[in-house]
Amino acid sequence: MTTKGARPDTVVSFRNASKYYGDVVAARNLDLDVASGEFLSFLGPSGCGKTTSLRLIAGFDQPSEGEVFLQGECVNGVPAYRRPVNMVFQHYALFPHLNIVDNVAYGLKQRSPKPSSKEIGQRVNEVLELVQLGGFDYRRIWEMSGGQQQRVALARALINKPKVLLLDEPLAALDRKLRREMQIELQNLQRNVGITFILVTHDQEEALSMSDRVCIMRDGEIVQIGSPLDLYDRPKNRYVADFVGKSNFFDGAVEHKNKSTIDIKLDGGSTVALKANADSNEHKVGDRVCVSVRPEQVTLARNQEQLPTDCAIKAKAQVMNRIFLGEQIEYLLRDERLGEFLVRSPRQHALSERPFEINESVFVAWSRDTALVLGSE
Amino acid sequence: MNIHRVNQATPGASLGIASVTSWRGKLRAVFLRSEAIRGYTLLSPTLVVMMFGMCAPFAIMVAVSFWTQHAFDFDTTFTLGRYQDVIDKPIYMALMLRSLAISGACTVVTVLLAYPMAYYVAFHVHRHKLIWIILMTLPFWTSYLLRVFAWKVILGFNGVINSGLKGLGLIEQPLEFLLYSPTAVVITLAHAWAAFAILPIYVSLEKIDRSLLEAATDLGDGPVKRFLGVTLPLSLPGIIAATLLIFIPTVGDYVTPALVGGPSGIMLANNIQAQFGKVNDWPMGAALAMAMMITVAVISVVYIWVTRKAAGRIV
Repeated sequence: MTTKGARPDTVVSFRNASKYYGDVVAARNLDLDVASGEFLSFLGPSGCGKTTSLRLIAGFDQPSEGEVFLQGECVNGVPAYRRPVNMVFQHYALFPHLNIVDNVAYGLKQRSPKPSSKEIGQRVNEVLELVQLGGFDYRRIWEMSGGQQQRVALARALINKPKVLLLDEPLAALDRKLRREMQIELQNLQRNVGITFILVTHDQEEALSMSDRVCIMRDGEIVQIGSPLDLYDRPKNRYVADFVGKSNFFDGAVEHKNKSTIDIKLDGGSTVALKANADSNEHKVGDRVCVSVRPEQVTLARNQEQLPTDCAIKAKAQVMNRIFLGEQIEYLLRDERLGEFLVRSPRQHALSERPFEINESVFVAWSRDTALVLGSE
Repeated sequence: MNIHRVNQATPGASLGIASVTSWRGKLRAVFLRSEAIRGYTLLSPTLVVMMFGMCAPFAIMVAVSFWTQHAFDFDTTFTLGRYQDVIDKPIYMALMLRSLAISGACTVVTVLLAYPMAYYVAFHVHRHKLIWIILMTLPFWTSYLLRVFAWKVILGFNGVINSGLKGLGLIEQPLEFLLYSPTAVVITLAHAWAAFAILPIYVSLEKIDRSLLEAATDLGDGPVKRFLGVTLPLSLPGIIAATLLIFIPTVGDYVTPALVGGPSGIMLANNIQAQFGKVNDWPMGAALAMAMMITVAVISVVYIWVTRKAAGRIV
C-alpha cells in the first residue's frame, strides 16, 4: 500500500488520506489525482470535508493517515510555508495594515534570495493588470469593494506563480451578478495562466459552470468524481443526482430485464420501461432501485396525442403549483400513482401559447432513454 | 393614511392637560431631537464628579504653582520662580530623570513579560480562557500595599531569595542590591502592573483574524517572520495602550519607591509628597507636579506618534 505513490503527471494526489479531529472524521480515505492545468472543484454541503481536503493540500492540516503528494513528492509534515501552493481565503484575509501593493508583494518579499525592489514592482504591476486592478496601487484595503478585495486576494496568490491555486469559497461573499462575472473571469484567468485551480464550493451551479472536473463529497468521503456533464447525466447514486441539479425520485423494484430494456415496478403501482445501459446492468431482477428523472426531461402536453409515442411512462397528472422562473416554468404535478413530482418546461415558442393553469389536468411522459436507474440508498 | 392619524392624534393629546404637558412636551421634544443633549444628560453625574474631583483641584494646583510659600501662608503674586527652581536645582532634574528611567525600565520589562503571557492565552489556550484571564488579574485581589510588602519579604536582607541562596550555599553574605534599590522598584512595579499590560495586549491579539496568520504562512512566512510581519504590527495598538497604561501611572508612583526603593530608588513623586508634607512648600510641590505632568504628556505624544509612523513601515 505504501509503495503506491503518485502518478508523475499529477500536481496533487491523495493516497488514502484521512483526517480526524479527535473522534470527528473530517476526511476519510481520500484517493484523488489532479492533473496539471486542471480546474477541479470540491462540491458538497458544509461539513462534508471539502475545506479539510483543501487545507491538507495547503499544509494547514496534516493527514492523520495516508499521504498527500505535490508534484509526485509526499509532502506529509512539510509546513504550509514550504509548499508551492497558494490559497485565496474565503474572506480574502488581506493584511489590513498594508496597502494593496504591499499585500500583493508579500509573498515575493518572503523569498530568499529576495527579488530586487524593481523586479517586485514590475511583477506587482503585471499581476494587478492581470486581475484588472491597474492603478489602484496604494489604496488601503478597507477603501475597496468586496469584488476588488477578491481581485487583490487573487493577485496576492498568483504573483507567487504557485503550482496549485486553492480557492476556498472565494465567491461566497459576492452578490449574484458579481459572482457570475467573477466566475467567468476566474475561468478565463485559469486558462491564461495555466495554473491548476482547486476550488471549494457548496454552490453546485458554480462548480458545474467553472470546473473541468467536480469532486462530490459527503461525510468526509469522495462520492463521485467526474466532468460536470458526467455528474449530471450519470450520477452514481441518489445523493449525487440530488445534489447536482434537481431530480425526481421514484422508488421501486426491478421487475424484468433483458439486453435492451429494464422494467421497473414503482411502489405506486405503475411500471416504467427504460433503456438498459451499463449502469442499469448492475441491478438484478428483484433489486430495490430508484428511478431518477430530471424535471426538464419530462414532456407535458394538453392532449395525449401530442406525447411522443415511445415513452417509458405516460400518465395524467394535475397541476398543483406553478412557479414562473423567467426562461422556464416549474410545475408541481400530482398523480395518484406517481405521487408529487416537479417538471420544468421551457417557455412556449409563441406568446399566444398559454402555460398550464393550477388544477388543470395534463399529460406527462418521459422518454425511455432519459430516466436513470440508481441504487436505492 | 399616516398623516390622517397624526392629525387626529394631535388635538386629542393637547386637550385638557395642555398647560402641564406643554412645557414637559417641549422639553421632551428637545430631548428627543438632540442627541448631544441626551448624551450630556447621561454623562452629567460623571461630569459633576470630574468637575469637583479633578478639574477644580487641578486648577487650584496650577494656581498654587505660580505662588510663593511664606511660613503657613501663600504670597499670591504671580511668579515663575518655582519653575525656575525645577530647572535650576540639580536635585529635581536628577529625580525627574531617575523617575523616567525607573518607570521606563519598568514599562519595558512589564510589556516584554506580559506579551508572551497574553500571546499564550490568545493563541494556545482554547478552553477556559476566562479563567486564565482572571488568574492573571490575581495580584489585584490583594491591596497594593500588601503586594509591595510581599516583595519586601521576598527581596529583603533575610528574605526568601537571600536565605534560599544562603541555604544552598551559593552565597555567604546576603545580596544587598536586591532590596532598597531601583531594581527592587522595577520588580515590584512590574508585578503590580502586569495585568494592565496583559489585558490590552491580549485583546489586540485576540482580535487578529486567524486567517491572516494562515495567509502569511501560505505566502511563505515561517513562524518568526509571520510574527514580525503580521502578528506584531497588528497587536501594536495593544502594545501602545499597555505601554501608556503602565508608564503614566508608574512615573508618579511614590509608595513603592518609599518602601522598597531605598535612597537610590527614591523618585520625584516622593519629593513632591515631601513638599506638600514635611518641607511644607506647596508651590514647589505643585510646580514639580506640573513639570512632571507636562514631561509625561510630551513623552506619550511623541511615543504614540513614533510608533504609528514605525508601524506603517514594518515588513
